Amino acid sequence: MQLTLEFGGGLELLCESVKIHEVTVDLEAEETKLTMKQLLSWVRTNLIKERPEMFMKGDTVRPGVLVLVNDCDWELSGQLETMLEDKDVVVFISTLHGG
Amino acid sequence: MASEVAEETPKPRGGRFCTLCNARRAALKRPKTLEQICKECFYEVFEDEIHRVIVDNNLFRRGERVAIGASGGKDSTVLAYVLSELNRRHDYGLDLFLLSVDEGITGYRDDSLETVKRNEIQYGLPLKVVSYKQLYGWTMDEIVKLIGLKNNCTFCGVFRRQALDRGATLLKVDKLVTGHNADDIAETVLLNILRGDIARLSRCTFITTGEDGPIPRCKPFKYTYEKEIRNLTSASSWWRIYSPNAYRGFAREFIKDLERLRPRAILDIIKSGEDFRISTTTKMPEQGNCERCGYISSQKWCKACVLLEGLNRGLPKMGIGRSRGIDNERNKDVKETNGTKSLESKQCGSLDF
Ligand SMILES: [Zn+2]
Ligand SMILES: [Zn+2]
Repeated sequence: MQLTLEFGGGLELLCESVKIHEVTVDLEAEETKLTMKQLLSWVRTNLIKERPEMFMKGDTVRPGVLVLVNDCDWELSGQLETMLEDKDVVVFISTLHGG
Repeated sequence: MASEVAEETPKPRGGRFCTLCNARRAALKRPKTLEQICKECFYEVFEDEIHRVIVDNNLFRRGERVAIGASGGKDSTVLAYVLSELNRRHDYGLDLFLLSVDEGITGYRDDSLETVKRNEIQYGLPLKVVSYKQLYGWTMDEIVKLIGLKNNCTFCGVFRRQALDRGATLLKVDKLVTGHNADDIAETVLLNILRGDIARLSRCTFITTGEDGPIPRCKPFKYTYEKEIRNLTSASSWWRIYSPNAYRGFAREFIKDLERLRPRAILDIIKSGEDFRISTTTKMPEQGNCERCGYISSQKWCKACVLLEGLNRGLPKMGIGRSRGIDNERNKDVKETNGTKSLESKQCGSLDF
């Protein structure tokens, strides 16, 4: 599954200062869809190079991190349960830095 | 990693319609009301709310010269946009401009000054940049050269706190507005309660401060959630251009935790700060002005003037730590509050040398 992942608000510093990642996430053989929960753990393993606690807390994002799936707040799509599809765009922005 | 970019905008997940227009898909949920609305309606209600705050609190008077403290960050960028828009739409009759401070740290402000210059063009607001050299006679680079890297936080905290006010004085404005949002204010309330700083606690929730001083300061985003400012900037992809800043401390994170459990918590904290009653027998630090520069100070000289005196006399350590270098007879029994880091200033650690 191909996804576009964007990191902003300082989060890009955790993944080698790259803001936009075009990625291919391989699904388990029996699965056809990917949830945000699965994506988060994939991101943590594959993209986050330092200070993962700045990105995640428990099995979800740290409070203050805004998540948009296709430009829509993930609170409206079920947060961790949000089902992703091929070519979706997922944006992570930290609101925790200075204004 | 593949590199193919999606040609079409992918469809939104979750199918609800906007509760306001009922025509477009909802894209966000308002933390204050939990309404699910679309972006177009969000822009509209956001701007209307700020307008109402401005009108209800009589923030401005016709003909005033108003400086917008512009750091290049998201809050001040959105503030510049909204104020210029509302000034036009509702004919406030304000003479608005952007005020930026250049600390004089090689390379540090390049990105944010770029952003502010872009704002100048986008919103048609004249930009004035004042430098530490103009304000204090010293650039941060020169200070660091003199004192080394260890102590510069004292200087940068104190100088930064006063820089906007001094810049505004220099530009002879009637009012200074800053992009402090509801999260900032809630954080400040919490920290002031934890520190027992009653003087700051009573002041920090005011939408306008310093009305008796030379330049009142106001915060039109007092009731505006940081998340919504972020929503606004993410919607138009503005955030992509911001240079990252240091992360904030524990109080901020605590606020975000509370917000997740109960979105109204941020406004509730501000309310509790406002409702704090101070017993009339509590001795408050006398709020005077610096004899040298006129900046608000409970001491004879403000902290910046003490530090400058040390720099100029070649004794840069003066005023750092326990400040006993200068005769500070006034309010000897009052704990020195000047030296503690201002809650409204950005963290010193955000200056990465
Ligand atoms: Zn709508
Ligand atoms: Zn002074």
